[in-house]
Amino acid sequence: MSATSTTIVNLPDQTTAVIPKKNYISAEHGLLSWLLTGDHKRIAMLYLISITFFFFIGGAFAGLVRLELLTPQPDLVASDTYNKFFTMHGVIMVFLFLVPSVPATLGNFLIPIMLGARDLAFPKINLLSWYLYLAGGTLTLGALVLGGVDTGWTFTTPLSTHYLNTHVVTTAAAIFVAGFSSIFTGLNFIVTIHRMRCPGMTWFRMPLFVWSHYAASILMVLGTPVLAIALTLVGLERLVGIGVFDPSKGGDPLLFQHLFWFYSHPAVYIMILPGMGVISEVISTFSRKRVFGYTAVAFSSVAIALFGFFVWEHHMFIMGVSNYSALVFSLLTMLVAVPSAIKIFNWAFTLQKGSITFETPMLYAFGFMGLFTIGGLTGVFLGSLGMDIQLTETYFIVAHFHFVMVGGMLMAFLAGVHFWWPKMTGRMYPESLSKLAAVVTFIGFNLTFLPQFILGYLGMPRRYHAYPPEYQVLNVLSTAGATVLGVGYLLPILYLAWSLKYGPIAGNNPWQATGLEWQIQSPPLTENFTEIPVMDHEAYDYEWLEHKTQQEVTTVG
Amino acid sequence: MDNSIITTEPLMPRETAVHEPHEHVFIPQHRHHFETEEQQREAGSFGMWLFLLTEIMFFGGLFFAYLLYRNWYYDAFVPASNFLSVKLGGANTAILITSGFFMALAVWAAEMRNKQVLVWTLVLTMIFGWAFIGIKGVEWHDEWVHHHIPGAGFDIAEFVNPSAHGITDQKAIPPDMAQHSQIFFFLYFGMTGMHALHMIIGLGLLLWLLWRAQRGDFTAGYVAPIENFALYWHFVDIVWLFLFPLLYLINRHPLS
Repeated sequence: MSATSTTIVNLPDQTTAVIPKKNYISAEHGLLSWLLTGDHKRIAMLYLISITFFFFIGGAFAGLVRLELLTPQPDLVASDTYNKFFTMHGVIMVFLFLVPSVPATLGNFLIPIMLGARDLAFPKINLLSWYLYLAGGTLTLGALVLGGVDTGWTFTTPLSTHYLNTHVVTTAAAIFVAGFSSIFTGLNFIVTIHRMRCPGMTWFRMPLFVWSHYAASILMVLGTPVLAIALTLVGLERLVGIGVFDPSKGGDPLLFQHLFWFYSHPAVYIMILPGMGVISEVISTFSRKRVFGYTAVAFSSVAIALFGFFVWEHHMFIMGVSNYSALVFSLLTMLVAVPSAIKIFNWAFTLQKGSITFETPMLYAFGFMGLFTIGGLTGVFLGSLGMDIQLTETYFIVAHFHFVMVGGMLMAFLAGVHFWWPKMTGRMYPESLSKLAAVVTFIGFNLTFLPQFILGYLGMPRRYHAYPPEYQVLNVLSTAGATVLGVGYLLPILYLAWSLKYGPIAGNNPWQATGLEWQIQSPPLTENFTEIPVMDHEAYDYEWLEHKTQQEVTTVG
Repeated sequence: MDNSIITTEPLMPRETAVHEPHEHVFIPQHRHHFETEEQQREAGSFGMWLFLLTEIMFFGGLFFAYLLYRNWYYDAFVPASNFLSVKLGGANTAILITSGFFMALAVWAAEMRNKQVLVWTLVLTMIFGWAFIGIKGVEWHDEWVHHHIPGAGFDIAEFVNPSAHGITDQKAIPPDMAQHSQIFFFLYFGMTGMHALHMIIGLGLLLWLLWRAQRGDFTAGYVAPIENFALYWHFVDIVWLFLFPLLYLINRHPLS
């Protein structure tokens, strides 16, 4: 197939092409060769399967929540069951899907290849992190089977320590364990990025995907231990009554929130930064241009990571913190919008005068840019003190963070999975069906969450299973949207599974992209490179690529 | 443009002898994905430093809680802190520093490839480590005897009415403030307990290192595990060096 003006997809001749016999999938056989592997690519695939599993469990709970909210009356489930639904939805989606989604799958698979290394620095720790993730997931499911937990994913004291009789300790243990999985992933990435770059791979030649993972890894390594100690204290408070969060013993329940949000606010950047890395790669590839303002985009990732540590108190504006500190945190919150905006503007300038084509990953990336911008700007609303008092604890918050997390991160995740699917599996997915899925997801998403902004503005509180009848129209729209969204997520599962066997063979570089990962065979060899490459050009250098392929053609011909 | 030719032919290893320029011999512990031993060693110690950073953040949450409550309930923290034995705590500080000294010697011995010295310094590190845990246990037992363990058995009598318990050098404090000494004791147990847990994990690792050291694993040019463990051990020492003044010495000055 020759390149036309509408697509840059360049697949090898399907009559003669075969998947390379020697690759990381065919290197070894049997279940144990997967369960005991040290290969970052295999671990990435293990992660991909397990987080998809948890995504659909978390999604099922979202479906149940939306089903209950279809009618104003509390008719589907009792209020405490409803509380367990949204808690399980939050816990699974945040800790078992969003935090590991892009880093543990795409990051794990690609970072060593993008740096020209054979593996991550600590392959065994990488495998250990997957097992810890599974242990955390199993404990979460255990808490669910034993009867669930209804604190909300935030474990707010004193509710979680004194007033509930559900499986808080089991769930806290689950998150503690899963947290260590995330710490080890971050630690592995940082060491790899510092110490395993190939000759010529300077810091400013690294793909922006790597930069954003570097920033996210710093957050994982510095933030997660604080969450660990906060949850340990909640567990101890419940088990032996230590009193640190108990006002009757002089403790302060708000201290828990300080410790919790010190991790959990940076955690939202752990979730979004790797997604931003994906978008940089996709936008550059499908507009055939170097990312505009490479250095600014790289540093904005680090700036987001840095500022992200100094905004946690905006989750507690209405909870009796000092007015003066609230002013400072409000200002710092708005400052985070600056590096985020730098990214959006730079991507927009990358598109300008580029040769844009509309393949599936690009459609998802466009979805990301629009939805993340809305999510980010509404975050500025919530960061302003006066607005926050009106909007906090309403559906406006729910809509805001779903725009960032689902509209942003999930779109980026799907963009990345589609973009690197040919590299990971050696086969292409069906193009038109996947475009349909991208459009369905976008429509379903907006139908689900735009009404929630209005609901929140009108004052509908979050975490209630019943509401006044005048809110019903918007809630029905939202539930209908969730159904469409569900279809949008089921489609990729089906056709990606189909493509594993029947998809067209992708070849090394179906997108004509410049990254090192596209210069090796797909699927890659276990050792990635037959010899360690030397990076002799900048990232996103399409002239170099053209020159290189010309040379290859002449040597072959 | 067609890249099928590249796909159909698996990449042939063109030059398998790319490693030749490095003249040194690879140690048996060299892992295939590192280009050089140097890179492996640097990656290992960098990873260890990062891990210690996460440990600082982990203890940081506890230190933060301590500083907050110490400011709020200073009057309850003073008598509670004065109850702790500076003698035992001080002795433990000296013991831990000695243990750290032998660990530093062990690193030196491994680098000098002296197996005998390495084994003996590791043994001494362990002995002093266990001595620390033993003294800590004695202290915890004291606190248990005096009902200072937070929870149902916690008793504020000694703080409300010190003279009735034969304590002459402490001022009595009102019961509602004395209740807050419970938070001091929780933080004390939480922090020293977490510290002791780290020591016990370290002592377990030491046993494993000792077994490998007497097999001669670390005296043939491969010292990374000893070095990285030493970093961990010194980190645990340093945590104690912050805990000791914060918990034991808040209100001890010669003039009072």
